[in-house]
Amino acid sequence: MFFICYSQTVYGYSALKMNSVGEGCTELKREYDQCFNRWFAEKFLKGDRSGDPCTEMFKKYQHCVQKAIKEKDIPIDGVEFMGPNKEKRDR
Amino acid sequence: MVKYFACVGLLKSSWDQVCIAFWERYPNPYSNHVLTEDIIFRDVTPSNRLVSRRLLTKTNRAPRWMEKYLPVTMARHAYIIEDSIVDPQNRTMTTLTWNISHARMMSVEERCEYRINPDNTSWTEINREAWISSNLYGLSRAIQEFGLARFKTSVAKTMKGFEYVLAKMQGDTPSRTLTEQAAERARETALVAKEKAKGLASQAHKKHQYV
Repeated sequence: MFFICYSQTVYGYSALKMNSVGEGCTELKREYDQCFNRWFAEKFLKGDRSGDPCTEMFKKYQHCVQKAIKEKDIPIDGVEFMGPNKEKRDR
Repeated sequence: MVKYFACVGLLKSSWDQVCIAFWERYPNPYSNHVLTEDIIFRDVTPSNRLVSRRLLTKTNRAPRWMEKYLPVTMARHAYIIEDSIVDPQNRTMTTLTWNISHARMMSVEERCEYRINPDNTSWTEINREAWISSNLYGLSRAIQEFGLARFKTSVAKTMKGFEYVLAKMQGDTPSRTLTEQAAERARETALVAKEKAKGLASQAHKKHQYV
């Protein structure tokens, strides 16, 4: 079964991109990702602090995806950044 | 009770390339179980570190032997959060990934440190740790064994996925036999884990009449 899944993805593989959890947000996500990937490789990693050109795109994308997250009841609230199970990790 | 796992991985690409690939790793031939990907938080700190939160939806792949012990209403998709900090000055990236759904049944938390390989500065070393636990009465041991086995398979797929994406970025055509090898190894690992976990589960079921 794994083999069948693989050959299905091979056909259009180079054109495949991920979808957003919000069905209507995928285009906004892809536009933002493209902007971010370029900025990340060409500016951020090279120490260029001249600022993020993707903020407007990010805002539109976030507005869409946060709405979808609420509608689907995905439990992202109150989760501290890098936070869960701290006692487990500090050994 | 918590199962702990640690390993070191090596990618023969620069730290910069690996970080770029990190954001472009989906989809790849080894990530068919990953359904959606979203950045749900991102910021650059005053110390110029990039902090991000990524939300993933994955298929909830409970094996058939386990399904008969689980509630019928259990969701088919699992939600996972991945937090990351990229520090371009120190050339390190730290990630923390954990599931925010099905956590009582099984909780998997993974912490990774990506840094320049000390023996070869054009390569990247990944220090990976994972904690796997289950709180499900009577089935914890079986689920933890299953979880650990599946995690090890996932690590292999993750590394293959990275290598695939990095090869594409650098203009190489990834070898198809790599894919076939990975598939074979994944099948073998899954089979061994399945038998072991099945045995544990039926022992537990005999002891406690749960569900």
